[in-house]
Amino acid sequence: MSNASPFLLHPTESKDTRSGFGVGLHEVGQQDKNVVGLCADLTGSLKMNAFRDAFPERFFQVGIAEANMMGLAAGMTIGGKIPFTGTFANFSTGRVYDQIRQSIAYSDKNVKICASHAGLTLGEDGATHQILEDIGLMKMLPNMTVVVPADYEQTRQATHAIAKHHGPVYLRFGRPKVPVFIKPETPFELGKIQRLMSGTNVTLVACGHMVWESIQAALILAKDGIQADVLNAHTVKPFDSETLLESVQRTGAVVVAEEHQVLGGLGGTVAQTLAKHHPTRMAHVAVEDQFGESGTPAQLMKKYGLDAENIVRKTKELLAS
Amino acid sequence: MNSQELSSLSTQVRRDIVRMVHAVQSGHPGGSLGCTELLVKLYFDTMNIDPHAFDMDGVGEDVFFLSNGHISPVWYSVLARRGYFPVEELATFRKLNSRLQGHPATEEGLPGIRIASGSLGQGLSVALGAAQSKILNGDSAWVYSLHGDGELQEGQIWEAAMYAAHHRIDNILSFVDCNGQQIDGSTEDVLSLGNLRAKWEAFGWRVLTAHGHDFDDLDRVIAEAHKHRGSGVPCVVLMTTSMGRGVDFMEGTHEWHGIAPSDEQLERALKQLPSSLKDY
Repeated sequence: MSNASPFLLHPTESKDTRSGFGVGLHEVGQQDKNVVGLCADLTGSLKMNAFRDAFPERFFQVGIAEANMMGLAAGMTIGGKIPFTGTFANFSTGRVYDQIRQSIAYSDKNVKICASHAGLTLGEDGATHQILEDIGLMKMLPNMTVVVPADYEQTRQATHAIAKHHGPVYLRFGRPKVPVFIKPETPFELGKIQRLMSGTNVTLVACGHMVWESIQAALILAKDGIQADVLNAHTVKPFDSETLLESVQRTGAVVVAEEHQVLGGLGGTVAQTLAKHHPTRMAHVAVEDQFGESGTPAQLMKKYGLDAENIVRKTKELLAS
Repeated sequence: MNSQELSSLSTQVRRDIVRMVHAVQSGHPGGSLGCTELLVKLYFDTMNIDPHAFDMDGVGEDVFFLSNGHISPVWYSVLARRGYFPVEELATFRKLNSRLQGHPATEEGLPGIRIASGSLGQGLSVALGAAQSKILNGDSAWVYSLHGDGELQEGQIWEAAMYAAHHRIDNILSFVDCNGQQIDGSTEDVLSLGNLRAKWEAFGWRVLTAHGHDFDDLDRVIAEAHKHRGSGVPCVVLMTTSMGRGVDFMEGTHEWHGIAPSDEQLERALKQLPSSLKDY
């Protein structure tokens, strides 16, 4: 990784981001007795077992009743608790949108909505569970912070950061094991883009699982003499316009990659920012207004074009245009 | 405060309600008039509160949640009359730049409000969360909540009911305003609630009943509910009321759920509600 920043590791292992959440939650539970956990019958899937076992009096099993879970969490903040809710991303957002909107976002409650199994990489369960609209749903809510960390370690760090941040947060992570590639000592600051690689020909900006794919794409592009600036936009909202604009002023081209619908997600935020401040040619790697389907995570990411190969292709098309 | 004093206060609160709704020609007078006695009783007699030092966390004091947020006029009037904010502010109800939003909200920082409500069915979950928080904090104060009977058609209420019984939450006292009316007609015609006592009991709650316009009966039922603290069983009061109570042409019909009186109707209403305190 010749043009890599000191923040990148040569990955030697793969871990799931949800496990980073599980470890982080256990740690913040040790540090702050006001942290409470709520889970809707998916404790193992959310990796909340360690928190549950360490702090049984602060862990609340709510059953398959997500709407109630969101209301309970909002109520628990009254009295100073810091509730972390856990379920799949689909049931953390779309199923309970009105509860989040009224009882959490509009009421500005200090609830941390922690969502696993987001996007296509949920895999074989299929489209009923593969939500690809959640970033959009959550970023549209006033008061809401939206965080989509890139790997295991970053999800652990993000869990710590949102516990310290006062206000509603949506934390999105996933199911599959993915490379651990960000050095644990890398500073993580909510609302601040991380530049993971430096280049002057194109800006690749991504969140979540697509950050690793963007790095792989940058390495392929480098062989063809295209140097990419790779930005990890782990906080989709509030969005770090300053770092993005600084980058595009040098590169003049942007490719956004996200495991989300093409409408409403990180790409929309980037496009709005550029249109307003610095119109720049842009390409977008995302799901093209479709539902997903059953398959392995790797098969699905390839079929729907959410991989390094497609980022490379779209970058070359963009630069040739 | 004795029942006569509470009665006299209630008349003033009812005047506030019809005047507020008339002034802006919108709002929900029917349910507000029907729940006047309960809110007066809770805020002026039952609850241990400090209106002059409102604090969102409410640690050490009783807290109240209005789940059927559309009856905001009665809550605003009672809060103002109790000293949470100046009564003059009632004149801003539903107007631009007011803290008295159409439905209760925290965004503008109105003292006394701890959660937004209006989209129905959410308040029991919130109240139970606050009750759970009190238990964690070793706080022996009570959590009260109020719900419409029509609101019980929302599924989230029953999710919350199941949770409360399972987690043995017994520092909550919930009231259901059983007026038998909702926007489109009677609850019987719109979507029958069936046997509410049997439903709540089946969900593991202790069910008490009361006449919602009788202070002595409200006093009795609250005392009865308080006795069961420590039982591990949540408690609900099915409170019989009459929508539009206190104004003859509004009483007992869903027609006045969400419409405002004309100038002439206001005059007729106020004649039936002699002022006991100064109007705002």
